[in-house]
Amino acid sequence: MSRLEVRGITKSFDGQPVLRGVDLEVPSGAFAAVLGPSGCGKTTLLRVVAGFERADAGTVTLGDTRVTAPGLHLPPEKRRVAVVPQEGALFPHLTVAQNVAFGLRGREARRGTRATELLELVGLRGFDQRMPAELSGGQQQRVALARALGPQPHVVLLDEPFSALDAALRASVRTDVRAALRAAGATALLVTHDQEEALSTADVVAVMRDGVVVQSGTPQEVYRFPRDVDVARFVGEAVVIPATVRDGVVWTPLGHLPLTEPARDGVGTAVLRPEQVHLVPEGQGLTARVVETSFYGHDASIRLEVRCPGEVDLPVLCRTQGEVPAGDVVGVQIVGPVTWYPAA
Amino acid sequence: MTTSRTRRSSERPPVALVVPAVVAAAVALLPLVYLAVRATEGGLGAALEVLLRERTARLVLRSLGLAAAVTAACLVVGVGLAWLTTRTDLPGRRTFGVLAALPLAMPSYVAAYAWISAVPGIAGFWGTFLVLTACTYPYVYLPVVAALRRADPSLEEVSRSLGRGAGATFRSVTLPQLRPAAAAGALLVSLYVLSDFGAPSLLRYDVLTRVIHASYRSSFDRTPAAVLSIVLVVLTVAITVGESRSRGRASQARIGSGVARRPPTVALGAMAPLAVAACVGVAGVALAFPVATLGYWLARGSSAALDLGRLVEAARSTVGVSLLGALVTTALAVPVGILAARYRGRSTRLLEHATYAGHALPGVVVALSLVFLGVRFARPIYQEVPLLVLGYAVLFLPAAVGAVRASVAQSPRRLEEVSRSLGLGPSAVLRRVTLPLAGPGIATGAALVLLTAMKELPATLLLRPTGMDTLATRLWTETGSGAYAAAAPYAAALVLLAAVPTFLLTRTHRVAAAADAPVLTETTEGAGR
Repeated sequence: MSRLEVRGITKSFDGQPVLRGVDLEVPSGAFAAVLGPSGCGKTTLLRVVAGFERADAGTVTLGDTRVTAPGLHLPPEKRRVAVVPQEGALFPHLTVAQNVAFGLRGREARRGTRATELLELVGLRGFDQRMPAELSGGQQQRVALARALGPQPHVVLLDEPFSALDAALRASVRTDVRAALRAAGATALLVTHDQEEALSTADVVAVMRDGVVVQSGTPQEVYRFPRDVDVARFVGEAVVIPATVRDGVVWTPLGHLPLTEPARDGVGTAVLRPEQVHLVPEGQGLTARVVETSFYGHDASIRLEVRCPGEVDLPVLCRTQGEVPAGDVVGVQIVGPVTWYPAA
Repeated sequence: MTTSRTRRSSERPPVALVVPAVVAAAVALLPLVYLAVRATEGGLGAALEVLLRERTARLVLRSLGLAAAVTAACLVVGVGLAWLTTRTDLPGRRTFGVLAALPLAMPSYVAAYAWISAVPGIAGFWGTFLVLTACTYPYVYLPVVAALRRADPSLEEVSRSLGRGAGATFRSVTLPQLRPAAAAGALLVSLYVLSDFGAPSLLRYDVLTRVIHASYRSSFDRTPAAVLSIVLVVLTVAITVGESRSRGRASQARIGSGVARRPPTVALGAMAPLAVAACVGVAGVALAFPVATLGYWLARGSSAALDLGRLVEAARSTVGVSLLGALVTTALAVPVGILAARYRGRSTRLLEHATYAGHALPGVVVALSLVFLGVRFARPIYQEVPLLVLGYAVLFLPAAVGAVRASVAQSPRRLEEVSRSLGLGPSAVLRRVTLPLAGPGIATGAALVLLTAMKELPATLLLRPTGMDTLATRLWTETGSGAYAAAAPYAAALVLLAAVPTFLLTRTHRVAAAADAPVLTETTEGAGR
């Protein structure tokens, strides 16, 4: 299991740049997620790391081995990079055991004990003789993972492996896959457009946009301290309000609020998370009108308009686990620091 | 992410595939090239002299005239039957719908045998016209039925609501939607008619194919046969190019009209009996009459002494050479098909197109060219099995390459990538993943080649080893000498053989549709042919 390092990777298709200098580092044994909207180049990045595509420039290093560099392109079969594709891509003509043993060599492949071991690792003991078509979607994904782990790869690449599963199954398969990867001690890189998936599964999240990694860090860092407003909006729900910093204090229509880090004076935008908007009894805090309520069970999302004396009412999103307000008018309090971005 | 799948492979094709693919392309082009060499061997003047003969011009006109007449008749019959069986309240339209497709399973020379043995006076233009129309109108009927099912009924409803009657709507709205399908079918028909050797020969109508064969048989001067062959190839190539052009347009016309709603049904009213009579008439001419004649001769023949030994012998050699032909053809087709499906690029496309030459080469032309080649350069295999097998390979490579290409393209490329990342080199991936997955499709292609080769007449006639007979050549010989009862068992066996691929094709279509369901569905660009 090794460290993965990507430096300055660029790639164009028919003159259309898809990757514009991607930098990414995944520590040995870590689970990293590349998070980005469709078309941002994240799948292409994964294919470059796997060796399915040639990069135009830049390097990819696995442990101490350069696998992609100017004038160097190690073929996929020499990289020891395993792939778990979106649809699992099990070989339909082979049994589960034969699928898992596909990448094994010599005695290991013949004895079949390693395949059994791997199936046990992903919680599919006794499925050896089934055919892929007889498995559910979640089982297929787990077999695909076992197959990928077989030859003890440096890195396991997961290309949106959970998006084909239905919502109920997704969370449990995700947990199982992460547990199996941990148990194997594998370095993993997950590509996804689902921010919840990235934040909940990964140790490191790299946010990708227009062919570059704009920010990477722990899930908490990326969520709490997004680099810009777009990242803030992409990694979660965001309340974006106009703000001015004067003498180290940020002034907004919601009053003056504490900042996550000190900032210079200027005009700009402040971002806070809906769970920082707390509901208080009417008459306390700011006064807000309820526009729309969506109840999810574990919590509720409430669209509010905060009355700003002398200005236009400010739309604000609130996430609350408490009582859903019955009336039209509620009190609102902002809790915790906000991030601030100076206007360009 | 869907974008990465359709991209061209950035990898160079392995030499282990390129070399045999080049060999296959060379085999496919060999007859064409040698034909040109042979035609001009006697000097360009001699070739020109044959070309400019008044008789040559008359022959070309006659061939084209027959093709035009049959094509026009097929359009009327094919489009008419398609409309009656899909859009009207024709009584028994489901039965008529099935019956209308069946003549596809009748080799034209078997139909010709049936007609000439029962109505000797039919020989000549009208007999040839009748037989070829009856055998080939399904080429128009089938695509038009499909187009009618696909066509958006709301367009017709709009036209009706704007005040146009049923007839005017059919002319101004429905027909234009059918044009690409009908045109593709019509071009196939004309190609078939120009290339067909059996029916015009048995019905003694002098078109290019028949005269080429006759002039080769009767004269020591090979120039006329070679020159006429080239004339015929020019005609068929022109038609093939036209056909592929219209196919491109047809597939574009299909986009965006996936309609589940049933189109409105036209009430035939007082015209219903007339429509039924027309359907019965077509089925009678194309199916009932030939089958009845065949039955009659079979009954007559069994009262005479049936030479069972000869029949078995012919059947055995038919199976033998056809099996060899299918194996060799498929072996040549596999590398080309894989290259075409997986390593798309200018040079691989060129290789693939070269192997499609057989599509435009009439059997008699391929045979003749190989005869010339054999006599000159390969005496030991002239009139021996290898040369015949080579002929089959040239003729049936297009079908085999299409099957390989389609089945390789169908198996998801993802699987190959996963195998590479699990440590397998390109050739191991080919052996352990690509070929096992494409295997059933390739086998179906090989089976189709086998069955087509078993029915093949002109190339077999010219290239078979001395003394060897296949079912087709026996039928040819017996019919030629007027021994109709003796020919009957061979004709019956051939009809059965021809029915098999028709059945197989409809079945594999159904199986392919059902196999879409499990594990993976990856859209790959369309099948070859």
